Amino acid sequence: MATTSTKKPLLEVRDLKQHFPIKTGNLFNRKVGAIRAVDGISFDVYPGETLGIVGESGCGKSTTVRSIAQLHKPTSGSVIFNGIDMVKADTRTMLKARQDMQLIFQDPYASLDPRMTVRSIIAEPMVIYNNRKLLPESMTSHEMEVRVEDLMERVGLNKAFKNRYPHEFSGGQRQRIGIARALALNPKIILADEPVSALDVSIQAQILNLLTDLQKEFGLTYLFIAHDLAVIQHISTRIAVMYLGKIVEVSDSAQLYDSPKHPYTVALLSAAPIPDPKVERERKRIILTGDVPSPDKERDGCYFYDRCPKRMPWCSCHIPPMFDITDKHEVACWLYSKEDVSKISMEDAQADAAKIKAEAINKQ
Amino acid sequence: MSLKPNAKAVLEVKDLKTYFKTDDGIVKAVDGVSFTVHEGETLGIVGESGSGKSVTNLSIMRLIPSPPGKIVGGEVLFEGEDILKVSESEMRDIRGDKISMIFQDPMTSLNPFLKISTQMIETIRLHNPQTDKKEALARSIEMLKLVGIPSPEKRIYSYPHQFSGGMRQRVMIAQALSCNAQVLLADEPTTALDVTIQAQILELISEINNKMGTAVILVTHDLGVVAGMCDKVCVMYAGRIVETALTDDLYAKPAHPYTEGLIKSVPRMDTANKDKRLFSIEGQPPNVIDLPPCCPFHPRCHKAMEVCKHAYPPEKDLGNQHEVACWLYIDEETKKQALQDATQQEKA
Repeated sequence: MATTSTKKPLLEVRDLKQHFPIKTGNLFNRKVGAIRAVDGISFDVYPGETLGIVGESGCGKSTTVRSIAQLHKPTSGSVIFNGIDMVKADTRTMLKARQDMQLIFQDPYASLDPRMTVRSIIAEPMVIYNNRKLLPESMTSHEMEVRVEDLMERVGLNKAFKNRYPHEFSGGQRQRIGIARALALNPKIILADEPVSALDVSIQAQILNLLTDLQKEFGLTYLFIAHDLAVIQHISTRIAVMYLGKIVEVSDSAQLYDSPKHPYTVALLSAAPIPDPKVERERKRIILTGDVPSPDKERDGCYFYDRCPKRMPWCSCHIPPMFDITDKHEVACWLYSKEDVSKISMEDAQADAAKIKAEAINKQ
Repeated sequence: MSLKPNAKAVLEVKDLKTYFKTDDGIVKAVDGVSFTVHEGETLGIVGESGSGKSVTNLSIMRLIPSPPGKIVGGEVLFEGEDILKVSESEMRDIRGDKISMIFQDPMTSLNPFLKISTQMIETIRLHNPQTDKKEALARSIEMLKLVGIPSPEKRIYSYPHQFSGGMRQRVMIAQALSCNAQVLLADEPTTALDVTIQAQILELISEINNKMGTAVILVTHDLGVVAGMCDKVCVMYAGRIVETALTDDLYAKPAHPYTEGLIKSVPRMDTANKDKRLFSIEGQPPNVIDLPPCCPFHPRCHKAMEVCKHAYPPEKDLGNQHEVACWLYIDEETKKQALQDATQQEKA
């Protein structure tokens, strides 16, 4: 499952932005601001790997997935999947490309239509793509039937249950139905949006094992979202940590736990409880103060500035770019800049920021 | 973590049974649960959804909606008095004053129409009618300060929606503690919160536990939270406690196959076991409607024996406050006897 930099990425996300307008709601419905759910993120996903995205609620993880799948039209940036720019492509090209990109959703109770049988739920992607003549070879209804049965068996459901309705299944089984549906079109990449967070611990382990097996069997690539750090660490080969619509750190999953660099990652890892009383008692916790700020305004400085235990004056007015720690580890924090910025006073930092701003305006 | 050797027992639950009547049959949500909480102790109750952990808590507070629910048996002794037998008005005095509760969802448990000040003053004045409004307000502000709400003098006049999830949970805790409760029942207090906020709230609960000597019953499904917070843990499955032990013992040598499976099936961050599969408990939790008299875990158990299918295992004391309900620890004689009795009964 190791990735090499020589491989071509399957999915390239470049400077993706997804802003949702805030409107006055009155007669003129003017736009008065925007929620910057995803505010300029870039990453690559290589074939066969699992990229985990982790972060707190409201940091834009789910929006990222939805923007990639074109469920929201991104505000700007590009999503290049399999060589096709999904944002700029016309609908038919985009649909055809999206065949290889399927989603698994968080809530197995809300993501299955209660009035459809399991068979029609799993067959639906095939029916839709077949009707639009987007499949490489058209499928007969008998072929679909066989495929549904295969899929059900593969994900651990009894195929005799294919005429049942979702309410007759438990949460874990429903999530299996969701997985079977995602597999129906033989996708290359599966975008999994918190697929196990609604499940009990014992069921969660079953589903994680199933996803690992499927990856090995079909050579799938996963973009896996979760807020549970232990789950992410278990399943991912690489991890991206998000905060307030930005990626703050990308690293190999083993490296991230051993040597987290960004102050936010450090705090996040230290806050996650470990199920072992001895370890838990000896750990030092970094308790962050305050809450995640609202993402409704444009920021000049580091997005984590308000809560950062290691903030410097420089951070208040300069957005950190990604700095390389090793070739597999990048972090967006001024602490790891080549130049030492820790000694710069607030006045100098602000003066510098103003200068950069003025230059940018002049250029325009 | 403040277990004193000779601490007084504040709350004793003995053989508590809460059943719900439904169209499909009787749901034995809690079926014979017993435990004791001592002064200053933190007791964890872990289990999956539907195992009866929340119903246990609600039964202690007598907040079970009736019908369909009913506490059909058992005792809840608070300071030696069975609070299941006291009148409703006496119960109202105990609730919120002596035994307090923090609920899972901080949004639905605060009244959205009332300012925090109104809600907090109401709690205090209800239990101490002689305090005037000014005193109660001062006390509320003091409590909000204690739970770490910045500038409480101003924030107390806000409405619940003006607080974030973590802050709302703090308000809930402040309210629950405003009458110096001796027992605090926390029903999944951090499940709806993010990890960094969860750490803040847990820190706060253990601080209060240490400072004020409040006994805490922490209901959760998160084994990590239990490991860091609790002195003693009860593991629940299908309405019964299957294992009770001191936290260290439970994690070091889990006796019940379910506990063992539960601990092993959680991925851990600190020990990298890459490419290794997670241990998983196969199958689904049982339907607790009309459960036959057997070990409810036997269909999923990897160590199941014949006797498990026919009789519920008795409790066995393994020493050092470690108790487990599993046939694995029962001698052959008793097992044979139980199996015989069960088969005879089934024939009859």
